[in-house]
Amino acid sequence: MEHGQVEAILHPQAIISELKKNNVTHVVWLPDSETNFMYQQLMEDPALELVPVSREGETMAIAAGLWVGGKRPVALIQNTGIFESGDSIRGLGLDVDQPLVMLVGYRGWDRHGITRDSAAKFTEHILHAWGISYYLVETDNDASRISLAMEEAERTCKPVAVLVGTEFGT
Amino acid sequence: MIKNLDACRVIEENRGDAVVVTTMGAGNPRFGWPVVSHNEELDIPVGGAMGKASSFALGLALAKPERKVIILDGDGSLVMNLGTLTTISERSPSNLYHFVFENGCYAVTGGQPIPGEGKLSFKDMASGAGYAAAYDFDDLEDLASNVGRIFNEKGPILVNLKITPEIENIPIHLRERPTRNTRSAVQEVRRALSS
Repeated sequence: MEHGQVEAILHPQAIISELKKNNVTHVVWLPDSETNFMYQQLMEDPALELVPVSREGETMAIAAGLWVGGKRPVALIQNTGIFESGDSIRGLGLDVDQPLVMLVGYRGWDRHGITRDSAAKFTEHILHAWGISYYLVETDNDASRISLAMEEAERTCKPVAVLVGTEFGT
Repeated sequence: MIKNLDACRVIEENRGDAVVVTTMGAGNPRFGWPVVSHNEELDIPVGGAMGKASSFALGLALAKPERKVIILDGDGSLVMNLGTLTTISERSPSNLYHFVFENGCYAVTGGQPIPGEGKLSFKDMASGAGYAAAYDFDDLEDLASNVGRIFNEKGPILVNLKITPEIENIPIHLRERPTRNTRSAVQEVRRALSS
C-alpha cells in the first residue's frame, strides 16, 4: 500500500446489497468518516431514498414516521450521534416498539490495540444500558449480519444496532 | 392572541383526512386537540419527545405523499429542534403543514419564557430555511378565513400562531392525562394507513 492509503476491507456495495435484500426503503442519515464512501452510491441508487438530517436525534423520529407510514427505514449515524440521540432512542424507538436497525459508525474502534477514543469506550456500555442488541461489521464477509439485525428488530419490535467497525473502502 | 382550543377547532374543521401529529399544549387533553378531534384514528400525540414531533411528521409525510400531514408543534419544542426546519426544507414534502403554537413560554413546566421570547420569528426562520411559505396569525377570524386556502397550497408550510398562554402549574401526577399515548397511537395509525 502507498503511504496514507487505507486497506479496503469493507465496501459500500456490501452494505447496500444487504439493505436492498431486506427491502429497506429509506436511509436516514448524517454523514461520518466511517460511512462517507457510501454517500455517492446511495445517491445513485434509486432503490434507496436518502433522508439527510441536521442532527442525529432527528433520525429515530423521522424513521418512526416512515415506519408508521408503512416504509422500512434504517438510520445511519456515528456513535457520537448515538450519544446525542439518547432521548429519541428512548421515546421514539424503544417506547413505541419501533423495529429500527441503526447502522452506527464505530469511531475509535480498534480490535488490535487500546481504544483511546471515549466515543468507542462508551458505545457498547450505552447500548447495554438500553438493552439494545448489536452486531459488529468490519469486512464484506460480516455484512450478512445486517440481515440478522433486521430479523431481530422485526421479531422483537425493538431497535437493533449494527456497529460499522472500519472505514469503507472504495 | 388566539386561544389554544380555538386554534385547534379551526384546524380540525379543515383537516379533511389528514394525519395530525400533536405535541405539548396543542395536544392538551383539557384545552387542546383531543377535545375537538373527530378522527382520533388518524391522530398521533407525540409527547415528551424533546422537540422531535416535527421530525416524526416529516417521516410520515415522506412515507405518505398522497396524504396531508399536519404537525401541531410548540414554540419551546421547535427551539429544541431548530434543525428540523432545514431538514424538512431539504426534502420539502408538499403535503406537510407545520403549525407552531407560539405562547412564548414552557407552559407545561410553569410558564418560564423560551429562549428568544419576544425577539425571534418562526415565520422568518422557516422562510429562511427554505419552506415553500410561512405565515403569522394572531387573530382567530383571520386564521379561520385563511387556513382552508393554506391547506390547498403546496408545502412545506409553516403557520405560526400567537397563542394565549395557558400555564399548568400543578404537579404532573395531578393533571388530566391523555387517553391515548404515543405507543398505542402509532400502532393504531399504522393500521389505519395500511387499510
